[in-house]
Amino acid sequence: MMGQLLLRGMLVGILAGLLAFGFARVFGEPQVARAVALEGEGGHHHGEAEAGEHDHDAAHDPGAGISRGTQAGIGLLTGTTVYGVALGGVLALVFAGVQGRLSALRPRATVALLALGGFVALVLVPGLKYPANPPAVGSPETIGIRTATFFMMLLFSVGAMILGVMIARHLTAAHGAWTAWLVGIGAYVVLVALVMLMMPTLDEVSGSGFPAGTLWEFRLASLAIRAVVWAVLGIGFGIAAERVLARGNHQARA
Amino acid sequence: MAETAAFPAASLPGPIPVGEILPWAVFAGLLALIALYFIGAEQGATAVFSGMGVHEFVHDGRHLLGFPCH
Repeated sequence: MMGQLLLRGMLVGILAGLLAFGFARVFGEPQVARAVALEGEGGHHHGEAEAGEHDHDAAHDPGAGISRGTQAGIGLLTGTTVYGVALGGVLALVFAGVQGRLSALRPRATVALLALGGFVALVLVPGLKYPANPPAVGSPETIGIRTATFFMMLLFSVGAMILGVMIARHLTAAHGAWTAWLVGIGAYVVLVALVMLMMPTLDEVSGSGFPAGTLWEFRLASLAIRAVVWAVLGIGFGIAAERVLARGNHQARA
Repeated sequence: MAETAAFPAASLPGPIPVGEILPWAVFAGLLALIALYFIGAEQGATAVFSGMGVHEFVHDGRHLLGFPCH
């Protein structure tokens, strides 16, 4: 049954990635194009960008001339699809672990809650501290610290959410589900707020002269693209999981 | 809980045994992490392959999916 769930999680992930690609083409690419144009104009932190070619790392590797068309087309499609498939697989694994253990809900409700939790823990909360940046924002010299802090924030957020769920589970018997989950969610909020206070603030936007309107639209699009992925996973895999478990149950009884 | 009433407990299959999940979790979990690494971080702060080909290819996706890029 695990193999069935995993396969379906990944298939729904492909669908999520394709829809996210379509969404990103319409709502995200205009901002990326504008940012790349600015990058080319100002030269900002990067090397020269040739017309029609986004070769901002020319200084590092002059041979990696991949066209803007490739980046905005098959490159973007690869990015969103691999992202969708990987997260679809992870969702299937986590679902298999919690269904019937942590959750007495029916499969589609468990999946929907997991997807919501995944979006909050992996996208929304880390993004509040370290929001997505368009091209032309961010100096190549700080990529080390930006990568380290981003993934640390992600890990802390997931860890805090697991802790919050454990607290809620622990309190449910004595205090009821409502109070228990309020306390659990409260614990998550307090923990991530403390982590955000302690983690360094990286601001490479102020002073860069990047247009605020474009930045806002870029970040909104980035958030929405990932919301599309998680919404498709949460609904699509919910349907798939119900079918797989119903079939498994049927076989078990027969 | 109200939710379970709509889906009688008798019709809910029991939990999937940990022994069945674990091998898949290790295998697929590792693959997922590697895949996300190549989409999100390869040839940024760290690099498995030299050059900038992977980074440039997934460039737009990396920015739009919120990963730190160059």
